[in-house]
Amino acid sequence: MRKGLTVCSRELSSYFNSPVAYIVIVVYLLICGWFFAANLFFDRQASLRGFFAMAPLMFVFFVPAISMGLLAEEQKHGTAELLFTYPVTSFAVIAGKYGAALVLMSLAVLLTFPYVLTIVSLGNPDLGALFSGYFGLLLMGAAFMAVGLWASSTVKNQLSAFILSFLVSFCLFIIDKFIAWMPPPLARVIGYFSIENHFKALSRGVIDSRDLVYYLSVIVFFFCWSLYNVQRRKWRG
Amino acid sequence: MITVTSLSKYYGRQAAVDDISFEVPKGQILGLLGPNGAGKSTTMRMLTGYLAPTSGSISVAGHDVLTESLAVRRAIGYLPENNPLYDDMNVLDHLQFVVRMREIPAAQVRERLRSVIDVCGLVEVLEKSAGQISKGYRQRLGLAQAIIHDPPVLILDEPTSGLDPNQIGEIRQLIKTLGSEKTLILSTHILPEVQSTCDRILIMNRGKLVADGSPDELAARAGSEEIVRVLFKGQPAAGLEKLQAIPAVARVEELAVDEPGVTGMLVIGREGEAGDLRELVYEVVRDEGWPLLELYRQRLSLEDVFKQLTLGENVDEDDVRRVA
Repeated sequence: MRKGLTVCSRELSSYFNSPVAYIVIVVYLLICGWFFAANLFFDRQASLRGFFAMAPLMFVFFVPAISMGLLAEEQKHGTAELLFTYPVTSFAVIAGKYGAALVLMSLAVLLTFPYVLTIVSLGNPDLGALFSGYFGLLLMGAAFMAVGLWASSTVKNQLSAFILSFLVSFCLFIIDKFIAWMPPPLARVIGYFSIENHFKALSRGVIDSRDLVYYLSVIVFFFCWSLYNVQRRKWRG
Repeated sequence: MITVTSLSKYYGRQAAVDDISFEVPKGQILGLLGPNGAGKSTTMRMLTGYLAPTSGSISVAGHDVLTESLAVRRAIGYLPENNPLYDDMNVLDHLQFVVRMREIPAAQVRERLRSVIDVCGLVEVLEKSAGQISKGYRQRLGLAQAIIHDPPVLILDEPTSGLDPNQIGEIRQLIKTLGSEKTLILSTHILPEVQSTCDRILIMNRGKLVADGSPDELAARAGSEEIVRVLFKGQPAAGLEKLQAIPAVARVEELAVDEPGVTGMLVIGREGEAGDLRELVYEVVRDEGWPLLELYRQRLSLEDVFKQLTLGENVDEDDVRRVA
């Protein structure tokens, strides 16, 4: 576990040694700021509804940018050969890297706290809903990040990893936009796979175990697939 | 220390390493030699547990590479081919990262760090990032990360590739120092390197082991016949005839010589013939009154052995069995 943390801190320092972390955080905050401000000034509402409504689509773009290099860069620069010949399990390496990406993402999300301060001082928002909204936001981000981790473990080039994780994330995002035209039984199944559907309840303050199970399943599924990809590389060469 | 038993690695249908077996006793410096694509790197990657063998087994320091992978990795220091490093880290941070990955006890960290920085001569570049230092320093950093936990086994994949002659000398010296107390496997396609540093050489070609022995043994077994090269002033035709007449001579070849009036001959003795061929050749030249310019016995070098074993199709199964 200690070595997982070592991998995690190395990954974080590499984010902050390059412009990646700063660009991601600044651009994320700028765009989120726009949706929040539009809500506040045009609709004259002291709420985070606009921010939460756009959050899933924001993640579709930003999470792949954070996750794209996690494992692909190690393959490309050959440092995987160093990392995987140190006495450390593949699980610890992948967990450490996933953890580092989550820390960066959480940092970007939590830096939106001035919005919360603003609406608390201007209006009378439901604090419980705010908490569950942020909780859902982080959980949904972690699910998207697992997709990004998987993409980065699948291809050797970080641009390909970005595109792959963007496509898969976008499918998970867009999938429920068509259920209106579908027969109801199919629509229920498809609706269950939509990553946004599960967030809607959370952003309104309803913590439902079915939503938690959905996100945890996505995380575990893609995490294990990444682990499998890394192991398979050892056998296939 | 290291036991490799009928090890094979297939990439799809193509065999990168094809049924090789060898043992390395403790304290030996073993050179793995072969042309590019012979399977040296693949073999080393399997030894370090980075790749899993398709079949066969490897044991390092008494641990199996597949079932006790972590124990094997603890016992090995590894410098991969092309020396990959985290270019965004500075040299000291990089070493500290390795210290933590190698679980060096806190009490020893300072001493180990100081020791590798000193041995590898990294003092001047500690604050520079690994991506900006020169190739020589990079190689030293690569070696430093391999030896920082003082492993009993060192595996170095082409430790001197891409360095200038001075740097090659330094790294070789370093390897020799390290090799005095460790079991060491290094791969290269530079022949003088193995000759000057290794106790034993394995030659690989197309995934197979084609030779195994000390540098001298390998050089000796290349030619049992004696070859003498002679240069003198005189007529080629006469020379050819007279030298051919020596009973101990199997055949004589004329050499192309640039100087006018000078004749060069390659005199090849019969196998198993007693007596010094140089003496016989000298006597003929003296008796004929040709001024002798040069006379020396040619030894087949390691290079010739290497060429014989890795070029063309003259390596048959019998040959392999005889050598290995």
